[in-house]
Order: sequence, then structure tokens, then C-alpha cells
Amino acid sequence: MIYLDNAATTKISKTALEAMLPYYEEIYGNPSSLHTAGQRAAEALLEARTRMARLLSCAPNELYFTSGGSEADNQALLTAAAIGAKKGKKHIVSTAFEHHAVLHTLKKLEKEGFEVTLLDVHEEGIVSPLQVKNAIREDTCLVSVMYANNEIGTIQPIKEIGAVCREKGVLFHTDAVQAAGHLHIDVKEQSIDMLSLSAHKFHGPKGVGALYVRRGIPLSILIEGGAQERGKRAGTENLPAIVGMATAFEESCAAMDESAKRLSALRDRLIDGLSDIPHSALNGDRFRRLPSNVSFCFEGIEGESLLLLLDDKGICASSGSACTSGSLDPSHVLLSIGRVHDVAHGSLRLTLSEENTKEEVEYTIKAVKDTVAYLRSISPIWRDLVTGKKEFILK
Amino acid sequence: MALYSETVMDHFRNPRNVGVIEDADGVGEVGNAKCGDIMKIYLKIENDIVKDVKFETFGCGSAIASSSMATEMIKGKPLKEVLSLTNKAVVEALGGLPAHKLHCSVLAEEAVKAALKDYYDKKGISYDKSLFPDCASCCHCDSGCAL
Repeated sequence: MIYLDNAATTKISKTALEAMLPYYEEIYGNPSSLHTAGQRAAEALLEARTRMARLLSCAPNELYFTSGGSEADNQALLTAAAIGAKKGKKHIVSTAFEHHAVLHTLKKLEKEGFEVTLLDVHEEGIVSPLQVKNAIREDTCLVSVMYANNEIGTIQPIKEIGAVCREKGVLFHTDAVQAAGHLHIDVKEQSIDMLSLSAHKFHGPKGVGALYVRRGIPLSILIEGGAQERGKRAGTENLPAIVGMATAFEESCAAMDESAKRLSALRDRLIDGLSDIPHSALNGDRFRRLPSNVSFCFEGIEGESLLLLLDDKGICASSGSACTSGSLDPSHVLLSIGRVHDVAHGSLRLTLSEENTKEEVEYTIKAVKDTVAYLRSISPIWRDLVTGKKEFILK
Repeated sequence: MALYSETVMDHFRNPRNVGVIEDADGVGEVGNAKCGDIMKIYLKIENDIVKDVKFETFGCGSAIASSSMATEMIKGKPLKEVLSLTNKAVVEALGGLPAHKLHCSVLAEEAVKAALKDYYDKKGISYDKSLFPDCASCCHCDSGCAL
């Protein structure tokens, strides 16, 4: 099996898995318990928090463990909204291609009387700091811009956007789910007020994530109950997963530069190989993208059938985001970069990890070429395009 | 993948009757690219019997499988039977489809009937219009099929 869906989720690292196991079998106490077993767990919890905080350049008590990226996004947005509402500031700036964890929370806030401005991300899939600056108003309480896009992998100018927000005195949140463990993050240097991350995107376990919140920002509570996470997130901590996340994060960050170099080379070969397919287009900026991300549109075919046939050839890929695969509508991300519906349906996302090899990349290029050619041969749209009845959209 | 039944996957992987009939007696095309599926059916008709049928489909796995199954179900059949083809029968023959993919079977029925209607129109044969579904009445492009 060739696994090329690492933006959906990753295989857990062996080191992380091994680090987790003692917290199921030996150090299984509840960190809130006063006895020795509990206190050993509490120490491990603090240690994990400290290890992660160091890598993000924040203080351990600025980091809150959550069930994952979606929860962190929800909590960050609702926090900023609550702070804004108290001051009568009910305007939020974000982008058109955020993850649904952000977009759907914004929809909910709109129903509660907030006004949301979604910035255009242009054909290259990148928002500019100037756009953010121009969109900020007197009543803006939050700017939320994702660090790197989950479908097309484009990287946003986070530091510059952070500087704009700091200067304007507006809270800045970034959904760094695709970036954490893969791109350098320094919340202080990048003027980030809140940041969401998820462990399973960097070879950690599923069901755990974190929210960084700059000291002094009063965090809203989503889950009421016990006093865990300094009273801001109730529920017994998932200690094995948290330890696994911290271990995987350290490992990913340590290998980051080396890995980026290797993955970029594989990515570029994939992009070059797939660009040979006529009437296809790379989605998002060629260079300002995650080292692991390749996203294409192929005219005249539909993405699901491409995925199923690639699966038959042993390749696990994705068409846009896995979260939307139950829907008939094409990806909002592809529409946001100006792909028309007809073309957006024919999308393919390949996302690499350290485990992928050059041989796998070559095999994949050939498999995609063959499959696209086959699907085009049975497509009535393709016939109309090649016989000139219809005009090609992708030249 | 557990998304589809074995029969759906079989018809998707090895679609029957794929292709074009250059001198077709009836051609029907339904769906649109915006929604992500288009089906085109070609019929060769002799003595009120479907002598040959071919299809081309742009769409998901279930769209390709539905077209393939529908062509199998009408091949060699008298036109009367073609007229009574329903999307339900296509779904049953496929061993079921996921709820959000049922519209693919509707498209298959519509494509077959559009091709038959084209044949009748070309030949100047009168027919009961109520037996032919109207593509424009289908809502799947906007809000998901009501089936």
C-alpha cells in the first residue's frame, strides 16, 4: 500500500507509541488524584506540556490540551467572540478557505449577530497581510487565518498577518493543524494570540490536540465540569495521548528541516510528473506550499472514480478534504481559488510523509496518468472537449 | 472500500457496454458537469428491440456502475420493457447504493429514457409523454435528491 493521504491523518510514530504505553499499564493514575499514582501522572502531564510549550515558544500554562484541532478552533473562536461581544465588537475577519471547524463556527456566530468578512485567497491560495489590514475595522474582535491549507497546502504569511493584528490591537488566531510539526512556529515572534494544533497530523495519536492561548486572554469554556486544564476544559486528561503528542511533536520538530528537504524533492517530482497530463492544473502556489502537498485538477473526469481506481492500484489518495467526501458539492477550497465546478470535481490530493519513496512517487505518477486517461476515454465531457464541442477550461 | 457493494464495484471496475455507437438510433444525455455527473446513452434499435447499447459517463463510482447496470438491463429487451425501467430496479440490481448516491440511479433511468425519447422523436413515433421523467424536475443538483 502506498499511503499518500497524510493530510487526512498520519501513521503514529513508533517512538510516540512506545512512549504512550506505560501510561496505560503503569502510570495510569488520574492526574487530579492526590496519591502517588495520580501525582506521577500529574508530573508526566506537566512534563508533556512543558516539552510542547518549549517548541512553540510559549509558557506551559499558555497551552491547553483538547480533543483535537476542531475543538481547539471552536474554543479559540468562541473565546474571541465572547471577549468582543463584551466590548460591542462583533466583526470577525477570516478567509474563504478555512477548515470547516472554523467556517461552521463562524456561521454559528453569524446567527448570533456577528458579522464575518471572508477574505479572498486568490488563484494562488494565499491571503496578503494588506488584505487583512484593510479588512480590520473599529469593531473587529478577531482575525483567524489558517497557517497552511489542508487541501492545497498553501502557506499563509502568518508573521506579517500577526504583526498587522498586533498593531491594530485585534486578536489573531491561526489554525495550524496542517503546519504544526511541519513548519516552524514561534508564537511570540509571529505575534500569534491563539493557535490550534492536532497530534495525528504529525504522527501522534488521534483524538488529542492543543490550543495555545496567550496569557491574559480569558478563555471561554466549552466543556463544563472538573478543574482540569486550569478550569478551562473539563474531563480527565487523556494522558497517554498527550504524552504521545508531545513525543511526536518533538520528533517532528527535530526532523523538520531535513524532512522538508526530502519531501519537497518528492513533491516537486510528483508535480512535474502530473503536469505532463494535458488539461490539468496544480492547485495553489507552486512554491509557497507544504513540502508534503500536491493538489491537482484534471479536466473531464470526476475525483471519486479516480480515487477508487487508484485505491485498486494500492494508492491511498484523497479528493480535496476527506471531511467533505460524503457531499456532492465540490470543495469550497477549490472554488475559493477560482476553480469552476466542472473542474473542481476532478481533483486529487496527494500528501506525503517521511515513509514515501522515490519509487512510490514514480509508480503513482504512472498510475494517475493511466487512470486519468482511462476515465477520460469513457467521459462524454472529454469527448465534447476533444471534438471541439466544448472549450477546455484548463489549457 | 465498504462504501459500495461488490456488484457496484464490479460494474465500476469492469463497466459493461462502454463506448459510442456512431450511427445510433437514439442518444440521450442527462446531468451536468456542475453537479459532477453526466451520462450519455446510445441506442441501436431494430424491430422495437434494443439491439445494442453503449454509454459514456463522467461521474463517481456509482454513476459509472449505474450506467453500466442500466445498459445491461435493457440490452436485447423490447422497448416496452425499456420504458418500464426504474431507478429502483437499477439500485436493486446493484445490491443497493448509499443514500447520497441514489441520484446516480435516477440519472441512469433518465439517460436511458432520454435516448428512447430521442429515438421516438427522430422516427416521428408518438408516445405517452408522462412516461418520460423530466430532467429539469430533478432537484439533486441543488439540495440532494428527495428520494
